[in-house]
Amino acid sequence: MENFGHLLDGFATVISGHHLIIMVVGVMLGILVGVLPGLGAPNGVSLLLPLTFTMDPVSAIVLLSCMYWGALFGGSTTSILFNIPGEPSSVATTFDGYPMARSGQATRALTLAFVSAGIGAIAGVVMITLLSSWVAGFALQFSSPEFFAVYCLAFASFIGMGGNAPAKTLVSMMLGFALATIGMDTISGGLRLTFGVHDLIKGVSFLVAVMGLFGIGELLLTTEEGLRFEGIKTRIRPLDVLRTLAEIPRHAVAIGRSVLIGIWMGITPAGPTAASFMAYGITRRFARNASQFGKGDPSGIVSPESADHSAGTSALLPMLALGVPGSATAAVMMGGLMIWGLTPGPMLFIERPDFVWGLIASMYLGNIVAVLLVLSTVPLYAAILRVPFAIIGPIIVAVIFSGAYQIANSTFDMWLVLIFGVAGYVFKKLEYPIAPLVLAMVLGDKAEDAFRQSMLMSNGSLSIFWSNSLVASIMGLGILMLAWPLIGKVMGLRNHVRRSRQNPSTAS
Amino acid sequence: MLKYLSVMALASAVAMPALAFEPNRPVEFVVTSGPGGGTDTFARTVQSIIAKHKLMDAPVVVTNKGGGSGAEGFVYAAGYKGDPYKLTFGTNNEYLLPSVAAVPYKAEDLTPVAAMALDEFLIWVNGKSDFSDAASFVQRAKAKPGSIQFGGSQSKDTDQILVSSLAEAVGTEFRYIPFKSGGEAATQLAGGHIDANVNNPNENRGQWQAGMVKPLCVFRPERFPESQPVYDGKGWHDIQTCKEAGIPLENYRMPRTVWLPAGAGEDVVAFYRDVLQKVSKMPEWQEYLEKTSQTDQFLVSDEFRGYVQKDKEAVTKVLEHEGWLIK
Repeated sequence: MENFGHLLDGFATVISGHHLIIMVVGVMLGILVGVLPGLGAPNGVSLLLPLTFTMDPVSAIVLLSCMYWGALFGGSTTSILFNIPGEPSSVATTFDGYPMARSGQATRALTLAFVSAGIGAIAGVVMITLLSSWVAGFALQFSSPEFFAVYCLAFASFIGMGGNAPAKTLVSMMLGFALATIGMDTISGGLRLTFGVHDLIKGVSFLVAVMGLFGIGELLLTTEEGLRFEGIKTRIRPLDVLRTLAEIPRHAVAIGRSVLIGIWMGITPAGPTAASFMAYGITRRFARNASQFGKGDPSGIVSPESADHSAGTSALLPMLALGVPGSATAAVMMGGLMIWGLTPGPMLFIERPDFVWGLIASMYLGNIVAVLLVLSTVPLYAAILRVPFAIIGPIIVAVIFSGAYQIANSTFDMWLVLIFGVAGYVFKKLEYPIAPLVLAMVLGDKAEDAFRQSMLMSNGSLSIFWSNSLVASIMGLGILMLAWPLIGKVMGLRNHVRRSRQNPSTAS
Repeated sequence: MLKYLSVMALASAVAMPALAFEPNRPVEFVVTSGPGGGTDTFARTVQSIIAKHKLMDAPVVVTNKGGGSGAEGFVYAAGYKGDPYKLTFGTNNEYLLPSVAAVPYKAEDLTPVAAMALDEFLIWVNGKSDFSDAASFVQRAKAKPGSIQFGGSQSKDTDQILVSSLAEAVGTEFRYIPFKSGGEAATQLAGGHIDANVNNPNENRGQWQAGMVKPLCVFRPERFPESQPVYDGKGWHDIQTCKEAGIPLENYRMPRTVWLPAGAGEDVVAFYRDVLQKVSKMPEWQEYLEKTSQTDQFLVSDEFRGYVQKDKEAVTKVLEHEGWLIK
């Protein structure tokens, strides 16, 4: 309950006209950078950083963290409307969000995404408030073998769930792994797969690949399907927002499960991207009717969104409690802490409680402000889809290319987007799934580093992945997930046999 | 008329070098580390001081190009031969990288402007470990070669070179596990997953304050200057030097460096040198050095070149010994 007292002090610090204005400005700027693909939260926050040099630390962190929340929300908007994820962690939202929006239910898709994201974020902050000291200790138990086990689990919960041919899934995933190895290798310090091309030293940015594969690929398909120059005809009623709100309790189980996954991934810190993919995979696995997934299933939207945001907020805890950034954006903020004259690390909670609890209080308020702001703009965003393709298409192309350039100020990346766009088109034509490629690309090099670090630690013995109860249980869970389709089949077969014995007439 | 114009052009061309260089469009600070890394904080601190004291009229844009251990940034800057608007921030990785990896730039592709500080290296162990001092640490390492695991940032970079030099100096072997950043190595040590790391003071300060890690010795000729206690009544000054602890490796430090693309004019180098000199005199800079426990050392021109030469020779010996030099 001691934390609760601190939290009230935090609210007292943060609730002032000055700070509320900063929050609204931060969230709005965040939504803007989130909506523009390529700019993204880390870039947005570093652009804003110089402005905060002269601010007091509490106002500065309120501004930056609110921008972060805004960017997380903005990122889902483009995923749903244009199939272009603004952030790596909102890729999983495209799987069902985009089909739902295409079918004329953009308002519903956006509302589902925003509300579940808000629930996820608030759940993450509540966790931080209640469990900060315990969680810090838990995060310290994670080393390379545990990280590898977590990534394994993420892959396992995703494999074998697609409707595509398993071989095609495998090909796509292996391509992703290959793309992830491009650039400098952490373990050996050598360059891999750069073929003497200077621009490949930095590796292939995940965002470039996603913007090409999803964004340009989708545009090429749309164009081919007989240029539809008119937009989607939907009536946009603000009332739909409220109707969708009433629908939320029906997804309580999916949201609850995803929030837990998100919090766990956020504090370990494996990050929001792993969380959103894992949550999507697991929700789909436990769904009664999995055939609707990928076609606009509401639980396919709420799961990745709530997991993404609960992981995003929980990731700030390792930063505050241990001085370890849980995400790229957290790393930028940590740099900010030092410039403002604070030392990130375990003592921050003790030395500057006003700062830490001010930040936590602003996380509650900031997220509520963000949800209200984005919900009120839903009809506006949904209306974008009614704009004729002849107008919106070129704008998307321009946004994608300028976004690709902004990631690293590199013209080479713009060519890459084009190449990925063609690849995305070919993938869709030949019915190769893109998601496994994306997942492998995001987590591939992390998984590889973790594996090779583990091998260095254990002198090459695989037994390190069973060496303590933590890593063994995560690993075991991963294998269970991997084997689930088989188990499900065996169970299904047995039920089928039993039923056919009881009632021979229905068995055929 | 044409003759008159060409004479004018010639005259102005001759007159040009006499005019001091003054940037009239935004200057790009190329940071050879990711956001939040040591080099990033270095560059952004310089940026904030320039902005606060208006040391330069042109605005500053910071871009992070930390891919490939910083090679991304150096290759990028090397590609702007003679461009006076690309100031690159790094460490000794500028001249180390081309020796250990097939990166497409040479150390000579960049002109040194200044080294602004020296960052220190220490041996750190877990706060609960039974090593009470550097001597007992070395003793254990020698008794069982290869049993002690060092974690560090990147491969074949400053951290691993130090660990390898240390092994050579005391006559044993260590196991080295590369992580993506010093921050990761710090967490792994605090969690007790590795036995030691050689982080810079700033990378482990937070954990030391909480007693999660403790320093054994520092690779600098003398002890740190007197300062506030950090943990358990002990401050930076109380840390033994490694030489005092009987380790024959007296000095190992990393410069914080600033570069321009090769071919930038002498007046351009002079302009930035003066700006950086002014930055180094400001109280905010002293505060940054003190907070990060770095050593104030402003090197320019021949002094800087001499430092680079010496550092390069020392490191190349280690690289050769380990067989890391690329052919």
